[in-house]
Amino acid sequence: MDIINLFELISRILIISISVSAPYIFAGIGEMFSQKSGVLNLGVEGIMMVGAFSAFYFTWAYNNVLLGIAVSLIVGAVMGLLMGFVSITLKAKQGISGIGIYMLGWGTAGTLFRLFIGGVESIDKGVENIDLPVLGRIPYLGRIFFSHNILVYAAFLLVPLSWYLLYKTPWGLKVRAVGSTPRAADTMGISVNKIRYQCVIIGSTLAGLAGAYLSIAQANMFTSDLIAGRGFIAVALVYFGRWKPFGVLKGALLFSTANAFQRWFQISGINFPYEVTVILPYLLIIVVLAFSHKGFAEPTALTVPYDREFKG
Amino acid sequence: MKINKAQLIQLAISTAVLGLSLITALLLGSVILIIAGVNPLIAYKALVIDPVSSLFGISEAVVRAVPLMLVGTGISIAFRSQMINIGAEGQIQLGAIAGGAAAIYFSGLPKIFLIPAVILIGFTAGGIWGGIAGWMKAKLSVNEVLSTVMLNYIAFQLYLYLIRGPLIDPAELAWGTGVPQTARIAGAAEISRIFLGYRVHYGIFFAIVMAFFIYFLLWKTTFGFRLRAVGEEKNAAAYAGVKVDKYLVMAMILSGGLAGIAGTVEVLGVHRRVLEGLSANYGFSGIVVALFGRLHPIGVIPASFLFGLLLIGAEKMQRAVDIPSALVISLQGLIILSVVSSSLLLEKKKYRDKIYNIFS
Repeated sequence: MDIINLFELISRILIISISVSAPYIFAGIGEMFSQKSGVLNLGVEGIMMVGAFSAFYFTWAYNNVLLGIAVSLIVGAVMGLLMGFVSITLKAKQGISGIGIYMLGWGTAGTLFRLFIGGVESIDKGVENIDLPVLGRIPYLGRIFFSHNILVYAAFLLVPLSWYLLYKTPWGLKVRAVGSTPRAADTMGISVNKIRYQCVIIGSTLAGLAGAYLSIAQANMFTSDLIAGRGFIAVALVYFGRWKPFGVLKGALLFSTANAFQRWFQISGINFPYEVTVILPYLLIIVVLAFSHKGFAEPTALTVPYDREFKG
Repeated sequence: MKINKAQLIQLAISTAVLGLSLITALLLGSVILIIAGVNPLIAYKALVIDPVSSLFGISEAVVRAVPLMLVGTGISIAFRSQMINIGAEGQIQLGAIAGGAAAIYFSGLPKIFLIPAVILIGFTAGGIWGGIAGWMKAKLSVNEVLSTVMLNYIAFQLYLYLIRGPLIDPAELAWGTGVPQTARIAGAAEISRIFLGYRVHYGIFFAIVMAFFIYFLLWKTTFGFRLRAVGEEKNAAAYAGVKVDKYLVMAMILSGGLAGIAGTVEVLGVHRRVLEGLSANYGFSGIVVALFGRLHPIGVIPASFLFGLLLIGAEKMQRAVDIPSALVISLQGLIILSVVSSSLLLEKKKYRDKIYNIFS
């Protein structure tokens, strides 16, 4: 393989890897906010499913991408409100209520898909790529970094933005306080539950957007197995990223590059059972989880509902 | 087992709260139906009334109760030790493929050895799969929900690979049809059907016996006491000298093993071969069954029959009134949410006393 072809291959893999990283970034950063405030939301996968379906349906039926995205955000927020109500107000076990949210999203997306769409449909025009002026024309780098759809740029801007929010604003300080020492935060006059609701809803809204990305920016179609575990992977990336925005970004990029390699592997004609290549990302996540347990980065009040009356 | 008045009241309260949770879930589910432009009454009639109005429906509900009971009992064990095992789906598939392969290749053995041997192999396959997640939790503190989800995806692909490739029925290849399924299992490995013309098989008695066995194991042995202690007060248990890690792994092996058995029994009693779609989301329905049975093996028995009816009802609903059976997944999600929410009422003293006063 000569050097030009190698460049071509690498840049192709990187183009794919950057564009497929966006849903992991949206969902991962969202889940990070939720966990930072002390709520483990395991329903991300289900929220992504309804987000993906609603975005697809409104884009398909009304030919309007913006409407699709808007609806997916609303649907995500509503799911977040439900998760918040169950796990914050009613203090239900977070791990199990997340599974309830997952199944609710999964079943609802499946039901509405069959009722409203029925079969395989695709949209001609999803979220379109935008070549950034000047930057987009840089050889190789332009195509890799500056020729994506607007949601990809949004995802990459979200990372420094959420870093700023968490570490440089009073609100971010409150979020971190509520997630690590809720009782102290409460004593300081911070409403623990209010901050938690905000974070869970932000997280779920972003999960809805992540789903929308998959259906109307990446696949341009909806199938019941479109999300394929990406919501759970996003939760795993929060652990991998040590609850830090740039850590989550690192995980998302590592993972999407692995995804891009896997795709290249499948179409490269190398004789290998298809099922084995599909397994690789999930195996990778297990390995990543196994090696990311050290240290004490986890918000200390994660999964613990806040109970004012509890005398501990 | 002596039951006194206080326990009876407790049982009545639990049942009432569960009933209320179910009704809440159905009401919330009707919101989805109304959004979808469907009359909830028509849907729920097909879902709830139709399955109990024919012998065929009841037989099919019992057929579904078998895996639900085995999986639900297994998940109760895991949840009791605070391990949220959502990997039952993969554990079922591995139990089905391992047990199924054994039932095909060991065809020479007499029935009395073959069936127990095959079930043991199914238990082992599911147990290993659950045990991996348990070990990763105990030794590497990997969140078990995430590891079991990932193991689900891996098991699913492994399962497909095996029934499409190495284990495919030679007849499918000879005829060129290529349906992804294995050959029929040996006649001696089949679990017999109880009535001619209905699919309900003797596996239901086996599942009930297993539920009682697990009840005995968890409540009448030191092993079970320690396992539950690890779940309830991890630090206190460790302080008392219980090897917490060991019990976490054991709970996951038992939990996965029972799901594995569920897969094997599906092969031996219902399909008589390993085929696509065999696990039918029993791994997830099993979670609902376990929660509905209040994580108690004896509670899981009636819960399995109830959800067996619900699952067959969902299929009827799809066929009779054209409402997608996927709705039952949403309903189960809502049931989980309402059941875990209601535990606040049952566990918090302030609320519990109030309810208690109403009933006594």
